[in-house]
Amino acid sequence: MDPKDLRFTKSHEWIAPDGTVGISDHAQHEITDVVFVELPKTGRAVKAEEACAVVESVKAAFDIYAPVAGTIVATNEEGAKNPGLLNKSPYGEGWLYKIQMTTPADRES
Amino acid sequence: MFIPHTDEQKKDMLATIGVARFDDLIGALPKNLVRPKLNLPGSMSEMELVRHMEELASRDHLAQSYLGAGAYEHFVPTAVWSVALRGEFATAYTPYQAEASQGTLQSIFEFQSLICELFKMDVANASMYDGASAAAEACLVAAKHTGRNEILVPETVHPQTLRVIQTYLAHSGARVTSVPCPNGILEPTVLQKHLGPDTAALLIQNPNFFGCLESHVQELSDLIHKAGGLLIASTYPVALGLIAPPGEYGADIAVAEGQSLGLPLAYGGPYLGLFACKNELLRKMPGRVVGQTLDADGKRAFVLTLQAREQHIRREKATSNICTNQALCALAATIYLSLVGKNGFKELATLNFQKAHYAAQVLAKGAFAPVFQHPFFNEFVVRCPTSPEKIVERLAKKRVLAGLPLGAYYKDRADQLLVCVTEIKTKADMDQFGDLLAEAAR
Amino acid sequence: MNGEKVVEPLSFEKSAPGRKGLPWPVCDVPVIQVDKQIPANLLRTEPAQLPELSEPQVVRHFTRLSHLNYSIDTNFYPLGSCTMKHNPKVNDRIVQIPDFAGLHPLRPHELSQGILEILYEVERWLSEICGMDAFTLQPSAGAQGELTGILVARAYHEHRGEKRPVVLIPDSAHGTNPASVALAGLTAVTVKSTADGQVDLDDLLQKLTKDVALVMMTIPSTLGLFEPRIQDIAKKIHDAGALLYMDGANLNALVGLVRPGDLGVDVLHVNLHKTFATPHGGGGPGAGPVGVKKALEPFLPVPRVAFENGVYRRKFDRTNTIGRVHGFQGNVGVLIRAYAYMRLQGAEGLRDISENAILAANYLKAKLTPLFPKMPAGACMHEVVVSGEGAFGPGVRTLDVAKRLLDYGYYAPTIYFPMIVPEALMIEPTENESKETLDHFVETFRTIIAESKATPDLVKTAPHTTPVRRLDEVRAARDPRLRYKP
Repeated sequence: MDPKDLRFTKSHEWIAPDGTVGISDHAQHEITDVVFVELPKTGRAVKAEEACAVVESVKAAFDIYAPVAGTIVATNEEGAKNPGLLNKSPYGEGWLYKIQMTTPADRES
Repeated sequence: MFIPHTDEQKKDMLATIGVARFDDLIGALPKNLVRPKLNLPGSMSEMELVRHMEELASRDHLAQSYLGAGAYEHFVPTAVWSVALRGEFATAYTPYQAEASQGTLQSIFEFQSLICELFKMDVANASMYDGASAAAEACLVAAKHTGRNEILVPETVHPQTLRVIQTYLAHSGARVTSVPCPNGILEPTVLQKHLGPDTAALLIQNPNFFGCLESHVQELSDLIHKAGGLLIASTYPVALGLIAPPGEYGADIAVAEGQSLGLPLAYGGPYLGLFACKNELLRKMPGRVVGQTLDADGKRAFVLTLQAREQHIRREKATSNICTNQALCALAATIYLSLVGKNGFKELATLNFQKAHYAAQVLAKGAFAPVFQHPFFNEFVVRCPTSPEKIVERLAKKRVLAGLPLGAYYKDRADQLLVCVTEIKTKADMDQFGDLLAEAAR
Repeated sequence: MNGEKVVEPLSFEKSAPGRKGLPWPVCDVPVIQVDKQIPANLLRTEPAQLPELSEPQVVRHFTRLSHLNYSIDTNFYPLGSCTMKHNPKVNDRIVQIPDFAGLHPLRPHELSQGILEILYEVERWLSEICGMDAFTLQPSAGAQGELTGILVARAYHEHRGEKRPVVLIPDSAHGTNPASVALAGLTAVTVKSTADGQVDLDDLLQKLTKDVALVMMTIPSTLGLFEPRIQDIAKKIHDAGALLYMDGANLNALVGLVRPGDLGVDVLHVNLHKTFATPHGGGGPGAGPVGVKKALEPFLPVPRVAFENGVYRRKFDRTNTIGRVHGFQGNVGVLIRAYAYMRLQGAEGLRDISENAILAANYLKAKLTPLFPKMPAGACMHEVVVSGEGAFGPGVRTLDVAKRLLDYGYYAPTIYFPMIVPEALMIEPTENESKETLDHFVETFRTIIAESKATPDLVKTAPHTTPVRRLDEVRAARDPRLRYKP
């Protein structure tokens, strides 16, 4: 994905127009070698800015916040198996999960 | 004694610091409270201390004991502590600097491997405080993993383990439900009635507090899994030389009091909490864990790993607040298991089994009939012709411990005594014990 | 092992079928058939694959492993906050006295009078030293002591009908503090520190609301400093209806000099393996007794030890107790060692130890000051905390210097803790290290700092002389191999 098309949060997550979420190149650099990724279960409803994933290095753990409210519809199992992808390709193969944004209609119901 | 500085050196040190008197260094302490008079006994020389401690110890000298109930008198081979108490092990600390701690790290890696073998589980941690807190932590893991809140604990689990679980769970959102076992083991039909959508786990103890093997363990395992909960099995390591280990009947978490593996009774501690689980629970496992890796030269080496689960990194979000393990006790258990070995371990369990069954026969002949008919390992409950407390008191006068009267733990078992026999008892010991009991019952 | 080089093979790799390290006696009772008594489905199907070794092989294996460790008995171990002081050898002998080692924890009290006297006296002496009214010896370690203390405080508030869900913790605290608070079902709120490492009083007061159950402070702080305003802070905490908890990790700086209870502390835990010189054992066992003021005593764990009519007993009848935190009485072997240590020293000896620990830390601080541009001014207590910033050559970090110390035969100080000090080094010499050792340690620091400027790569790739070199921790975490697999 081209970073130009992404929207970034203050806490260094990115979200693509299709709802794919990941961490920024700056974030992966600060975290250093990612050794573990904990992903949310698909189907989980999250609020905006809710911590819903964790990225670990050897010496630290970082909460990853949902950039928008919505439902988790897909997660990157390959990234969970091979956490180095988050370092190698933060905007590509190292994505975390895909979120379906809550629509205004959903909010009313 | 332990302070090397001469008066001259102290003066030099103060001069280097640039103060006139020691008290200039503690100016921050409130003046009116400094150096309180402490009402403590005067100091002793090492020689006096040894004599004093030997005197204190001798007050509680005992000839023989048939007390088990979670702490067991097993033979400890001399090599175990002769090696474990080497200063290089005993006076080192948590192996944070792996390059200077490979001895401790490799021994923990071997320990984890041995516990996995013993339990037939995927992974084990570096140990916890004791069996009771390991069980409590297992309950917390189960609640977190399943998102459910009820832990089923049959009456056949050690009552003191239950107490610790209750303390740990008190404010966790999870709760304990006791399941009755009038027959001395957990019946699947009874379990079935207690299962519900909020059941996070069933904790069984096998062999259980009464010494009985949980005969329906596979059915219990199937039932709890079908209900969407986890099976936590608390076990007695020495028994696993003979009986099926938790992994064979599908336990998700296996815990145990590891004291029987080379640790002295020591009035309750330090003991050794064993904790092992299936792979999928690895990230939720509390406590330290050692992993294998390579060093810069490609040499195999060991290191504390998966630390981001732990309190010093994750703080309030950690899997547990535990920091330390019982490393020296784990080392003793590692040496013990390495020394006893594959065949020796089975032999040890068989000796326990044979001797306990002989003792049960001797006692039955003397009017102390077994309360349960279930298979047992090395511990069993007998019904006493007179008050068990009285019997224990009478034998205590002869410096023999007859066992544990159950009345204090179970109101409806006031006439029952829990008796344990390990490999250290000889036939002559047990014959004599039978005579003493018969005499005390008169 | 995939062509990997090996320092010492695993015990499993030395195993050979049929070898035996410990023969058991022949069974002297009539043998019955196991499978007649126990149905096959309850029996183990295959034996646990334990290694098969002779006794000399086992002894040599573990002795060789021991040689791969640094320890107090072999090296200066200036690991700050951990108080790596000498562990008296006589205590190894004492705990192995058969009548201590063989004490079953469920013995009736008439067969436990010697050991109960020891436990009773340890409680009493700890109370005296800490200025508290009662102690429980049950917690197995500092962190379990924290949990116990917090649960006791929570029970105290709830008993008074007050719901106070918050615990205030300075940002310099040990990680166990917030983790223990979470386990007790309360919420940890962080209080900031000022630039000099003391608690930010304004921030503390602002957060000290009616919701606060407890303020947890490490005294002296994890920066090795005594908080001079502590009595005033305690008063403000009490005025707000909250309690002051002291993390006693650093009590070894206070014994005989000042009593926490006199400062206003309501509840504290003591790490016996630190202050009272019991062996750290490569990471435990320790012991974390908890002391409280009178008002909190009813909530302590059971059993309690009592002395009535000349007899020691274990008492269970405490209706407001938080329950048990240990399966039995706690780490009694550790408690016996602490008892023996106190008896060896007496009150004066204990105070002398504190004073010498403080003297040594300040001496080290004075000698290290020219080497560290960020060395704080003023006296420290028992340990010195300094930032490595600006002290080392280009690109050399505190971690590298710590690793290089290993090459010179010193264990590394605690590093990167407390987290509020960048590139922190926390050095605790204890009262045991001679002036000669301290001088040599400082000279080694001087050498390493010179190396870090002249040959930074030498330091950045350290250690070079240890049994193994720097480890690939990323590999260990990404692909966890946590047990031997043939």
